[in-house]
Amino acid sequence: MTVFDIKNFSVFYGPKEAVKSVSLKIKKNKVTAVIGPSGCGKSTFLRSLNRMNDFIPNLTTKGEIFFFKENIQKTNPVDLRRKIGMVFQRPNPFPKSIYKNIIWGPKINGYKCNWDELVETSLQKTGLWDEVKDRLNDSALNLSGGQQQRLCIARAIAMNPDVILMDEPCSALDPAATARIEDLIEELSQNYTILIVTHNMQQAARVSEETAFFYNGQLIEFGATKDLFTKPKEKRTEDYITGRFG
Amino acid sequence: MNFSWRYQKNSLFKLFTLLAALFSLIALTTLLVHILHEGWQYLSPQLLKNFPSRFPHKAGIYPAIMGSLWLMILTFFIAVPLGLLSALYIEEYLPKGKWKSLIMVNIKNLSSMPSIIYGLLGLAIFIHTLGFDHSLLSGALTLSLLILPMIIITATEAIRAVPKSLRMASFALGAEKHQVVFLQVLPAALPGILTGIILSLSRAIGETAPLIVIGAATYISFTPESIMDPFTVIPLQIYSWTSRPQAEFHHLAASAIIVLMILLFSLNLLAVFIRNHFQKYKSRL
Amino acid sequence: MIFKNSLFKKSLSTLLALTGVLTLSITLFSIILLGKESWSFFQKVPLKDFLFGTHWAPLLEPKSFGVLPLLSGTFMIVILSISLALPLGLLTATFLSEFASPHWRKWLKPALEILAGIPTVVYGYFALTFITPLLKSIYPPTEIFNALSASIVVGIMILPMISSLCDDAFFDFPISLKEGALSLGATPFEFITQILYPASLSRIGAALVLAISRAIGETMAVTIAAGATPKITLNPFESIQTMTAYIVQVSLGDTPAGGIEYQTCFAVGALLFILTFFFNWIGHKIMTRWSWELS
Repeated sequence: MTVFDIKNFSVFYGPKEAVKSVSLKIKKNKVTAVIGPSGCGKSTFLRSLNRMNDFIPNLTTKGEIFFFKENIQKTNPVDLRRKIGMVFQRPNPFPKSIYKNIIWGPKINGYKCNWDELVETSLQKTGLWDEVKDRLNDSALNLSGGQQQRLCIARAIAMNPDVILMDEPCSALDPAATARIEDLIEELSQNYTILIVTHNMQQAARVSEETAFFYNGQLIEFGATKDLFTKPKEKRTEDYITGRFG
Repeated sequence: MNFSWRYQKNSLFKLFTLLAALFSLIALTTLLVHILHEGWQYLSPQLLKNFPSRFPHKAGIYPAIMGSLWLMILTFFIAVPLGLLSALYIEEYLPKGKWKSLIMVNIKNLSSMPSIIYGLLGLAIFIHTLGFDHSLLSGALTLSLLILPMIIITATEAIRAVPKSLRMASFALGAEKHQVVFLQVLPAALPGILTGIILSLSRAIGETAPLIVIGAATYISFTPESIMDPFTVIPLQIYSWTSRPQAEFHHLAASAIIVLMILLFSLNLLAVFIRNHFQKYKSRL
Repeated sequence: MIFKNSLFKKSLSTLLALTGVLTLSITLFSIILLGKESWSFFQKVPLKDFLFGTHWAPLLEPKSFGVLPLLSGTFMIVILSISLALPLGLLTATFLSEFASPHWRKWLKPALEILAGIPTVVYGYFALTFITPLLKSIYPPTEIFNALSASIVVGIMILPMISSLCDDAFFDFPISLKEGALSLGATPFEFITQILYPASLSRIGAALVLAISRAIGETMAVTIAAGATPKITLNPFESIQTMTAYIVQVSLGDTPAGGIEYQTCFAVGALLFILTFFFNWIGHKIMTRWSWELS
């Protein structure tokens, strides 16, 4: 089943074309990695999927993205973002307690449920529960960087999204914390569709089932991770994964 | 889950913020239009040439203009060297630590003191202790006291904004501290310092309260010849005409306001010009 | 060898140190002098009578030196002007940082700077010749000199300061938190009221405190528009007198140095100094060591 169906999608910063006519289908319950050298448009592409680029002035798009057959340009962005969780480069917990961080999203969106239960299950899914269960009312800012990032994932999960977008979620973390997040991505992949942008090829190889390689705004190659890393079809993909540039 | 209501709340809030922003624009326009409307009829060369008078149609602000200019020049020559050298001392020579932060906190505090307090200080020091009388000198010294903290703050900020690399490069070429400070740091910080000085001076030009407290004249029939002469300034003339009950004098006050605002506007334009000019220059570097 | 001469070098650093010390000691000295002048006042009038007396009539016989009427006048102006300027300033800053297009910002920011740069005597004129007649046409019992008219212009005067301090605070707010909130499906309104405002509370508080200090020290607008009638009242349509306006009133008369009228100025000035110093100190304290706080 297709979650995102992207058809000839382009993004322009003013006159500059940052994403060039990308067509791609993202499948349900798979981890898809988006790789490429910095400045290749992979982040811009990811942020288009839940219309986080709406806030950038002078940014225009062309083409269409369908989210479960619904054209996202015609959907209400708030409604769209409720169904698509996002995790950012740097952990960005709100300056509130751990508990409030988890329930904030569901609450403003008018979900009705048992908050305590929601907090517990969300934190358990990210393996944070045992570490923080005694200090749920502490400020989230007192957590370590890795814990903060897992809290942000828990916060996204609490909304029960269909998809989770991750924009280089480990770039600000140390190797140990990175390993934990990678394990977590693997666990979550059983129930969620995950798109992860990363500049770390090993990471893409470790966690993803499918990989898209972006270069200079273009989608160069897309396919099963195994194949892309072992027998790339494109010369530029091969150059990149063998470290000849980027 | 009521989507439309959440959206309406958002739009309503956005509208409120827009209205709040419009309030300032409307207030500014109303004020400017009102003053132009009240004051245009007395706006003539006579206003600039004549002395104040009991007869509104003969009254002018010549002594007040001269007083304001004198005061501005004197204040410039007192406050700028003191402020600049103090800023250099604080920023470049005073070691970082408790003393420095204590001094900066106090200067910040002084810069947000009400201006009338400076009037009282001027009264106590320059008039009753040093005996300078209600003269231009007392006025300039008082206003210098008032704008010194502002000048020091803007100058230290400008000096701090000079890149460390510039200093390091100069030291690496074997320059002495003084040479670095006066030949590299100061010129690089100059645009910022100049802007700060002009804005402080324009604040001084618009001040009324401290000058009333030190007893500057509200009615004067001659222009100051030396720094020990009594004086009046445009804001004081405006005040004295505003506090009269007759409508004609209110119109005169409005015309004087126009003159004052034009003066202030030109000063501000000069500051903007300097800023833009040097920014362009900098970006070419 | 420019500036290499050692005598020159020495005298230069001495000169710098001297001016630095001179400037600092001038300010210190002035404060001492202010204290000294008000000390002679409190030799004649007990501090208790000054601070808690409810009648202020130092220029009339029998003289009376209770400062409360002036304080109440000052705080009436403060409360009224802040209730106008704080919500408007906060919303203006919100508009500027969250909703305004660059085009709007380009127009609005200079307009606010101009408002902030207009001399206070001009605001006084505007209050007396525009706001007061306007108030009178709406509510005829309004007196010619009244607290409301002065408060409105003082509010307009301090609005730019509040909006620019809040705008700075919102500008410093990490964009990642905004993205976090919006990615969870929040509307901008929900983000602003539930994340941005609570997290910026200390900075907004600092803006408020500094604005209060400005309003306390405001002189010309209140002298011109609010009158010279020291009294304790809650009616904003009546004439009142503030501490600053009193100092102006005495200064306009010919007061001999050393007389009690002269000294009242310094006593009132010292009180003004302490009040504004207190508020400024709190404001700058919050500004320098604020942190995102838990809400």
